[in-house]
Amino acid sequence: MGKKKVLLMGKSGSGKTSMRSFIFANYMARDTMRLSPTLDVEHHHVRFLGNLVLNLWDCGGQDAFYESYFDSQRDLIFRSVEVLIYVFDVESADTEKDLSHFMGVLEAIDQYSPDAKLFVLIHKMDLVAEEDRESVFLDRQKMILGLATSRFNFTVTFFKTSIWDETLYKAWSGIVYQLVPNVKALEEQLNSLCEICGADEMVLFERATFLVIAHATHAAHSDVHRFEKISNIIKQFKLSCGKTQAQFHGMEVGNSAFTAYIDLFTSNTYIMVILSDSRIHTSTTQINVKAARAAFEAFVP
Amino acid sequence: MALEYTDEQQMLTDLTKPRILLMGPRRSGKTSILRVVFQKMPPHETLFLESTHAVDIRLANNNPFLQFQIWDFPGDFFFYRVSRNGGEGGGGGRELGGSMTQEGEGEGPKEGELLDEVGVFGVPAALVFVLDAQDEPYHEALTRLVDLVARGQSVNPSLHVVVFIHKVDGDLFLSDEHKVDCQRDVQHRIAQELRDASLEHVEVSCFLTSIYDHSIFEAFSKIVQRLTHQLPVMENLLNYLISACKMEKSFLFDVVSRLYLATDSNPVDMQTYEMCVDMIDVVVDVSCIYGVKYDAEGEAQGPVYDSDSSSTIHLSNGMVLYLREVDDYLAFVGLMRAENFQKKGLIDFNIDCLKRSLGRLSSEGGSGGGGKGHVHEEKRNIMSGASRKGTPDPYQRIRNGPASMSDLLEIK
Repeated sequence: MGKKKVLLMGKSGSGKTSMRSFIFANYMARDTMRLSPTLDVEHHHVRFLGNLVLNLWDCGGQDAFYESYFDSQRDLIFRSVEVLIYVFDVESADTEKDLSHFMGVLEAIDQYSPDAKLFVLIHKMDLVAEEDRESVFLDRQKMILGLATSRFNFTVTFFKTSIWDETLYKAWSGIVYQLVPNVKALEEQLNSLCEICGADEMVLFERATFLVIAHATHAAHSDVHRFEKISNIIKQFKLSCGKTQAQFHGMEVGNSAFTAYIDLFTSNTYIMVILSDSRIHTSTTQINVKAARAAFEAFVP
Repeated sequence: MALEYTDEQQMLTDLTKPRILLMGPRRSGKTSILRVVFQKMPPHETLFLESTHAVDIRLANNNPFLQFQIWDFPGDFFFYRVSRNGGEGGGGGRELGGSMTQEGEGEGPKEGELLDEVGVFGVPAALVFVLDAQDEPYHEALTRLVDLVARGQSVNPSLHVVVFIHKVDGDLFLSDEHKVDCQRDVQHRIAQELRDASLEHVEVSCFLTSIYDHSIFEAFSKIVQRLTHQLPVMENLLNYLISACKMEKSFLFDVVSRLYLATDSNPVDMQTYEMCVDMIDVVVDVSCIYGVKYDAEGEAQGPVYDSDSSSTIHLSNGMVLYLREVDDYLAFVGLMRAENFQKKGLIDFNIDCLKRSLGRLSSEGGSGGGGKGHVHEEKRNIMSGASRKGTPDPYQRIRNGPASMSDLLEIK
């Protein structure tokens, strides 16, 4: 499977390197404060799901760099881009300049990689009071989208994010979902496994990042953000296990209403099974999950 | 759920509950500590907290073994000396210096009546002095500490004094060496100041703390344990249990605050402790998503941490963490080798024994005493440790091995 070129762009200090380190390099949110500004472009190869390689171009966001991206490096940077992730700092003082940079990037993408998938993250939402977040986000989205669609014919997916809560997992799960091959077939398989096990829900997580790659839901749940929250919770715990030189293998949590069972599944995924029917013993689920492993190995190595 | 505001009058008259008194200079982090420990506030959000202007009293009563009041004092607090007829008597209170504020003066005699030294230190209590480690020099703060110790000692000789050398995080304290140096320095200066004030007999324990890691939970746990008179019994129960179940280490946690109320007598390894704290977070957070029970109208009902709450975590180094509910918001967490976890039925049986014993301990603890004054006196005796031997021990029977614990089944 080939490499996928992912451009990560945005104004200097908007949090590009922080989020990359947080999602892919096991940084705690707090540790990202010590990162220094990215100079020029940093290339990172992130192995995801075994043989899917994300070629992450973390582009420093200072004005001088932009000039060279648009000019001398234009061809190098914007050619054969599969995904563009553009980060806006919600607290930015100079929105006008941010937008003009963004428009410049869109123009170059339109020219060199018109098929690229576009994502915009409105980042650092934690700095906005909780009750205003939605309206501020919609406001920005409308402004950016208005400008972009006035000149280009792109579909842009927007996310509001913060490194301090699960929103960043939601955004990145959404992004990688677009890159996972066979994702539809995978979900079908997961659905039938879920059916067989009599489970409420089954979720597949990528092993290293704990990003959600597929899920099957057979019982309605009111919390739409639950997968990202689980990603966040388990990833934090994995990191804290790391300090004791022990790796997290699997767990079972429950009360009188449910049992959640999380375990290594295929070589590059974890599976989470949610059961609420107390007649189903977790041992049977474990046997079923074990039996399904080999079949799933073909879809998600 | 965590800390409830109860009727103020009732709370203030409930003098038998031990107190944790949080004092220290302005902006040293007292309120932040409370929010992080007792209300699960993410540490980075404490930056937005307003400063505290009046004494804030809260009650922690999550389970039978976590029963105390927490008094959060404003940084510029001074003691009122109010005579019974309502007029301000001056004197004592003003010695604390020019930091007296306008608001303080306007607070009226009704509240002031409670805020002299007797009102503050007059029950079993721990004075927690929060010192901002990033705010050197410490001279002024330490002078204040010694003044508080002197006042406290005069009223309550068994007052437990603790100093949090707080905010040992950020760029100033990147290495452990810095932290230890700072602790040594502060300890030395406290000893000196106490000597100068002829208070060298007072024992002051210092903890390095930060809200960004587990140190604050560890330190607060130690304080709560000092105030829990059932502690020796609980420790013994855990000792019985881990030897019967072949566990490496065990804790009793309050799941709301994630403070540990007791542990067995094996040494505490910080990493294991931190992992247990994080496990409680995982259990509570996951249960909050999937474990909410709904009634017929679709309203959420009952606590998500209930009598069937349990969790097992398998680690790559062949260890297993096992958590079980043993009382309201009380969790047993044990660490053991996977091969000893094979006989889970036996382990569950033994934990049921522990659960029964703890239940009896809490009910006997509640009925012990009688009159309020008596309980008050008794608790103070128990806190001071030395005098405990002389007084009849209401827990003697349990200490010698309660009936249900002798039922423990040993894993062969």
